[in-house]
Parts: sequence; C-alpha cells; structure tokens
Amino acid sequence: MRRMSALSPAPPLSGPAQERARRARLRLTDLRASRTLTVLAWIGAAVIVITMGSVGFQVIRGASEAIGRFGPLFAFHAAWIPNLNKLGGLSYLYGSLVTSLVSLVFATILGVSIGIFLALLAPRPVANVIGPLVEMLAAIPTVVLGLIGIIVISPFSAHTLEPLFHGVLGWTGLFGAPAQNGASLFTASLVLTIMVLPIISALSRDIFRTVPQELRDGAEALGATRWEMIRGVVLPTTVSGITGACVLGFARAMGEAIAVTQVVGNASLIHANLFFPGTTLASAIANQFESPQNSLTESALYYLALILLIVGVLTSIVSRRIISRGAKLT
Amino acid sequence: MSTVTPDPEFSLRPSGNLARRLLISRAAQGGAVIAAALAVVILLILIGFTVVHGIGALSWSFLTGNLPAATGQAGGIGPALLGTAELALIAGIISVTLGILTALFLTEFASPRVAAPVAATLDVLAGLPTIVAGVFVYGIVVAHFGESGIAAAIALSMVMTPLVARATLESLRRVPATWRDAAAALGVSHWRTVLTVILPGAASGITTAAILAVARGAGETAPLLFTSALYGNNVQLNPLHALPNLPLEIYTLIETGYPVSVQMAWGAAFLLMMTILLVNIVARIGLRRGERKRGL
Amino acid sequence: MSVSETTTDEFDDTLIAEPDRSAPARIRLSPGPTRRPTPEPAAPAITRQIVFDARGVWVDYGAKRALEDVTMTIERNLATALIGPSGCGKSTFLRCLNRMNDSIPGFSVGGELRYHGHDLYGPTANRVEVRRRIGMVFQKPNPFPKSIYDNVAWAPRNLGMKDGLDERVERALRGAALWDEVKDRLKQSALGLSGGQQQRLCIARAIAVEPDVVLLDEPASALDPIATASIEDLIHELKLRYTIVIVTHNMQQAMRVADRTAFFSLDENRTGALIEYADTKTLFSHPADSRTRDYITGQFG
Repeated sequence: MRRMSALSPAPPLSGPAQERARRARLRLTDLRASRTLTVLAWIGAAVIVITMGSVGFQVIRGASEAIGRFGPLFAFHAAWIPNLNKLGGLSYLYGSLVTSLVSLVFATILGVSIGIFLALLAPRPVANVIGPLVEMLAAIPTVVLGLIGIIVISPFSAHTLEPLFHGVLGWTGLFGAPAQNGASLFTASLVLTIMVLPIISALSRDIFRTVPQELRDGAEALGATRWEMIRGVVLPTTVSGITGACVLGFARAMGEAIAVTQVVGNASLIHANLFFPGTTLASAIANQFESPQNSLTESALYYLALILLIVGVLTSIVSRRIISRGAKLT
Repeated sequence: MSTVTPDPEFSLRPSGNLARRLLISRAAQGGAVIAAALAVVILLILIGFTVVHGIGALSWSFLTGNLPAATGQAGGIGPALLGTAELALIAGIISVTLGILTALFLTEFASPRVAAPVAATLDVLAGLPTIVAGVFVYGIVVAHFGESGIAAAIALSMVMTPLVARATLESLRRVPATWRDAAAALGVSHWRTVLTVILPGAASGITTAAILAVARGAGETAPLLFTSALYGNNVQLNPLHALPNLPLEIYTLIETGYPVSVQMAWGAAFLLMMTILLVNIVARIGLRRGERKRGL
Repeated sequence: MSVSETTTDEFDDTLIAEPDRSAPARIRLSPGPTRRPTPEPAAPAITRQIVFDARGVWVDYGAKRALEDVTMTIERNLATALIGPSGCGKSTFLRCLNRMNDSIPGFSVGGELRYHGHDLYGPTANRVEVRRRIGMVFQKPNPFPKSIYDNVAWAPRNLGMKDGLDERVERALRGAALWDEVKDRLKQSALGLSGGQQQRLCIARAIAVEPDVVLLDEPASALDPIATASIEDLIHELKLRYTIVIVTHNMQQAMRVADRTAFFSLDENRTGALIEYADTKTLFSHPADSRTRDYITGQFG
C-alpha cells in the first residue's frame, strides 16, 4: 500500500520479501482499524436510537393497562382517586400547562429582552461577561433551586408578589387572594422561569446575532431609532427562531420534576387561581411512582409519563421545523 | 471657503416626532438593560442565599461523617459526596464514549440519509424529561435487579449523552476542512485521519463538553429518584447497590422539614452548587483559551 | 446662496458647464507628507450652497489611523464622487457623513465636519436626525424581508408621515425608476426582486423620507452592467433634487455620473488621505498630483 509508506519511514536493509510482508501486515492493520472504528460509531448511534425507541416502548407498555381502561379521555378526567380506581390526568396536565405557560410568558419577556441587550445593545466585552452569567442560571442544580424556592421564593411570592399581582390583575380571575404559605402554581412558575430564562436568552441572543449587519445598518441609515430598528427589522426577521426557542423553553418547563414538586404544593386540584397549590405531570410521577397504591395507579403514572414523552417529542420536532424554516428564510 | 453660519433649516437637533421616538427607544433599551441586570441579580441572590445559609453548616465532620441514621438527626454527607462522585464518573464514561461515537458517526461515517434520523433522535433524547429517563430505567433495570449505582448512572447518562454528542458535533464541524484535505492529500487513511487529525483538533471542545456534561449530571435529581434512592447511611462504593448521593440527600433532607435537616440541606446545596458553578466557569474559560490558541 | 446652475448630465467632450469653471476648480489638498493644505483663496464667483464642510477630518479605528486630514467641501445638488484604491478611506469618509461609523468599536473622529454649518459630531447633533436628513444606500442591496410597499413605507411611518402614504410610496418608487416594474406587486416580498431592482428599491426607500443628501457606497458594485447603467441614469435624475455623494471604485462610473471627484489614496504611512479634489473632467484630464495621474493611467492603460 503505497500511501502508507508516506507515513512510516521504510525500514533500512529490508529485502523485497520482508518489505512485501510488512506492507501486507500494514494493510491488514489498516483494514481492521478502519472496520473497528466504523463498527464502534455505528454501535454508538444504534444505542442512541434503540434507547429512544425502548423508552417509547417501555412507557407505552407500562401505560397499556391504563390506556385499555381509560382510553384517550384519560387526559380529560380530573379525578385522581387510586382507591376507587378513578384516575384521570387532567389536573396534572392542567398544572403542567399552566405553570409552563406562565413561566414561558415571564421568561420570554425577560429572555428576549436579554437577548436584545446581549446581541444588539451591549458592547462585546460587556456581553461576554453578562451572557455567561445568565447562562450560569441553567447550571444551578434543580434540587438547589427547589430548596431556595421553598425557603426564599415561596414566602417572597406569598407576601410580596401575590398581593401585587392580585391588586393589579386580580380582575382576570387568575390572581385571586393569596393563599397559604406560597406553595402554589404561581411559585412553581417563578422557579420554572429561572430555569427557562437562560435557555431563551442564550438562544435569542444567538438568533439576533444572525441578523445581517447590512439590514441593521439599512434601518439606521433611514433615520430609525435603535428601538425602531429592533422592532421593525430584527424582530420580524427572527420571529420564527424566537418561537422555536420558546418551544424549547416550554418543553424544558413541562419536563421539570424536582424543583416544581418542591414548591407547587402537590394538590391535584384545578383552580383558575394561580395562588392555589396544584400539581404537574412530572411531579405526580416524582411523588407517587416510588410506591403506587395498585398496579392500575402505576400504569396511570406511566400514562402521565407517556403524555410527557409525547409533549417532549412533539416540541422537539416542532422547534426543529421552526428553526430550520427560519434558517432558510434569512 | 468662508465659514458658513449654521442654517436653521438644516438643524440636526431632534425635529418633528423624534424627541418622542427617542424617548420610546431609550425606554425600550432601558428595559433590556433592566432585564439583563435582573437576571444577574437573580443569579447573585440564588448564590448569596446558598452561601449565607450553607457556609455555616460546613465542617470536617459534616464533610466526612455518615448520613443521619434517622430522620431529624444530625449527621454528615461523606457517603453522598463519594456516591455522587462515583455516579458522575460512571455516567461520564458511558456518556462521553457514546456521545463521541455518535458525533463521529454523524460527521464521519453516516450518509446524510442515515444521519438525519439519528440526529433527530438525538434531539428528542435531549428533550427527554429527566423524570421519564428515571421511569424508563426503573422499568428495564430496577424492576428486575433492584436499585443500583449502575442503573442510576444509565439514567444519568441518558441526560448527559445528548449534551456531549451535540457539543462534540459542533467542535468536529469547526475543525477546518483544510486539515482533513491535507491529511487526505498525504494519503492518510480515513480512520487515521479521524484519530490523529480530527479528534485532536476538536479536543478542547470535546473536553469542555465532557466536563460540562458531568457537572450537569452530578446535579441531576430526577433520574436518581427511582434508581438510587434506597441507600444506607454509610459509605457505599459498590455500584451494584444503591449509592448515596448529594441531590437526593438534599431532596429528602428538605422534605423532612426538621431545622437540623434543612440546615444540612443548605450545606450540601452550597457544596453541590459551588462545585458545579466553579467547574462550569473553569471549563468555559478553558474552552475559550483552547480555541484562541488554535486561532478559531 | 442661490442654486442657479443646471447640472451637467452629459459628459463627453465638454467640461462642466460654464459658471463652475470660473471658480478655482482645483484644490491641491495634501501635496506632500508634512505640508498643511493651503487655505482656499477668495470666495468663488458662483457660490453654491455648501452642504458638507470638512476641515482636517481624521478617523481612527482603535490605534490605527484610517484617514488623515481631509479638507473638502461638498456642494448642493452636485454629484460628488469619491474614488481611490481599496483601503484608502473613501468609504470611511462617506460613512462619517451620516455617522454610520459611530457603532463600530474603537471608531473615533476628529477635525471639523459641518453640515450646513452645524457640527455633525457636536453635542446638539442627533444621530437619528442626521440620518433622517442624510440617507444612505449600501454596496450590497439590503432590502428588508418585508413587502416592496413596506420597505418604502417603513421609514415614513416611523417619522409619522402617515398622510398620503400611498402617494409617498409611489413618488419614491417613481423617483427610483422602479414604479412601472413593481406597481402590480407592491404586496410581494422585496426579496423576490432582481439585484438591480433591489438596489433601486433601496434608493426609493432612502428618498421616501425626502432627505437632503443621498450617500451611495459603491451602489453598483454588486450589479450587472445593465443594472449598473440604470442606477447611473438614476443618479443623474436624483441630483436634480438631492445632493449626491458616491463612492465608487470604477473610474468610468465617476466620469459618467459625477460633477466633482475626490481622489483618495494611501499615504506613506498606509493611512488614507485625500490627494486631490477637482471638477471631474479636470481631475481626469489634467490631474495635478502624480499619484492621481498614476492611478488614473494605471487603470486606463
């Protein structure tokens, strides 16, 4: 094999026979190594695909009893009474959706603003310090966030934020009189906001940076103010990417179990009032999966996991689509 | 060229509605600055509370002592520290191996038709709720063999592998195509190019990814909830048994609600959080250095 | 300060129209490395209104001096071309005129740069107001990813010119010689236009707010010859209503469209400098500076 000899210097004093043997040996090594590496890479990819496949299989199999018993309407029944085998996922789904959406609203407003600041307003050296600091929020372990949630955020929420929101937005019905100790859907939403915020701000910063300088110059050369440039040119051209970022943030909020469980109050109730305790899909699993009361309840918990899984798969597909479509436009 | 007196018709002071527009613009920019400041303040508050509450709990006996024998009792977190280190190590080995192989598969070995579904699967796995990973491993491992460090490490690596794979993918793609071409032009075989040119070229990115993934895994709680929760109060290093670990220990300490337990939880939270944040900072700085050195 | 002169569109054998020739048309600005430019002699016979008055303008990017000691005036309703090799600071100077460089890190400007007597970089000058009066068209067509109509209507809307917006858009598109081509598809995306159409749309966008000056930064360099010709025709039209400053690397283009031409080059410190500024015809037929001559002949062979 001639090309190998380029790498390995020819050994001195080798006869033609030895040289042939050496080359044959090298060729064999080459072949073996190449095959090994290829096979290993295929195995790695296969493990990923098989794992994901068996997650789906395992969760569906676990949920099969509940699926057979309750059908798809499971997601729309509120009662969760394991002793009577009356099980429905609505209160969990409701809590998950409400906490995720509320946190998404907070995190989008804050995160997109931070993205604007980092990508369009701050000088690079400032952005290079603030950006990683905001991303640090994502590195805080969820259980620590939950601890701070219980000890710090819950009382703050109950005594400061909840009266404030009740006073200003009480008429909407979403913000009733503050109840209890702050363990509520609202507090869970605040904790989730802290988790989702770094995702949305980092993604939107990166997306805003893809807006060509020529477009921004073009807007400013027309006598537009900075804000008009952002609102009229930057935001419209990036709206799909930002939507994708929000979908990812939503998925993160839906799937969070630990910190939410610690602050949400864990009551399978459905209230419009966000200041009441509630529960979520993930925290139901975290709380009850260890020791379910009977096999049907265990299966129903798998059913909740299945709903979570479906939401996760859907959001991942949707965000992929949105982001790739947005990439094509610009 | 006589000096022209300023022509009032062409004044450059804000005219028409500009004063109002500038006000709106400044308000909006101020809002963005406030949002960024708020995020930093939140981070500082979170760190601040953990430090204030946690630093008092630290002592040699706290770091090395056994876990509380019964709820509400005082104790240490030594076994949980060791267990978390061991879990992070095992899960790190699994996820770094799998992650690098998958990334190599996607960039070097797969045709686009095969790569696309694998990449999509990787995305789905990255979005998998961590608690579902726990439920899954419970179903396929724990239900048959009982809880173990291995089971917990598998669940953790399901969270960590996509992180490693994605970051590795990114670094592999940043290896200049000219390097690959140069190797090919020298007649170096593909596998040798991969091992001696491409992987080393992406080394700093991959190392950072591995460190960040391990830091992330070390702080995860949900995957451990059904896989490594029933541990004793003393040191356990056998990965075939449930391993004591920091996140779950914090979780259960808080749930008991005893002041002494919550105090311990703060101490453990302080250790866990500070370690993870420090590792994050160091890894990021290292990455930046490494890239600058290579002129990327 | 009357604008008495009819501008010269033709540029064959005749020089720029008579009244201008009586003025001291040629100023040798930076004749040598150290000598200061000589102040201009007594007032010219015909005074055009001076739009830009630059005296000793310099620009730094960080520690690097990009442009040294530019002194020139730009007059109303003329097309003034800035030519020179790449890196000579002609675009930098152009972008100083509407403060587009402000956001570049490390940018600093000195000397005196006046617009109708107002200090462009003075404390009372507002950057947004500057750009509203002094529009700019860039090298690469950069229409917004909006409809054709919205591209033109966007800036007037910002300015609160909401009355008669349709007419304003039509007037701007006509002014940019684009109306007939797009009048039936105003609601379609501007990204579907050809490169030349996009560039004319950018011109329409710039004149929709009725600026005083239009700056053109190599507006035809990304276009094919036919689109280039239509842009050049357009410039002749535009200077009847606006003051035009155009950067171009194409000397024939400067000869075709410009009344005055300024030649920029790199000095011995590799810093951009204004070498010579004169009536276009004079500069190209009788350059005063050897560097100008070298540049011109080098190109013309």
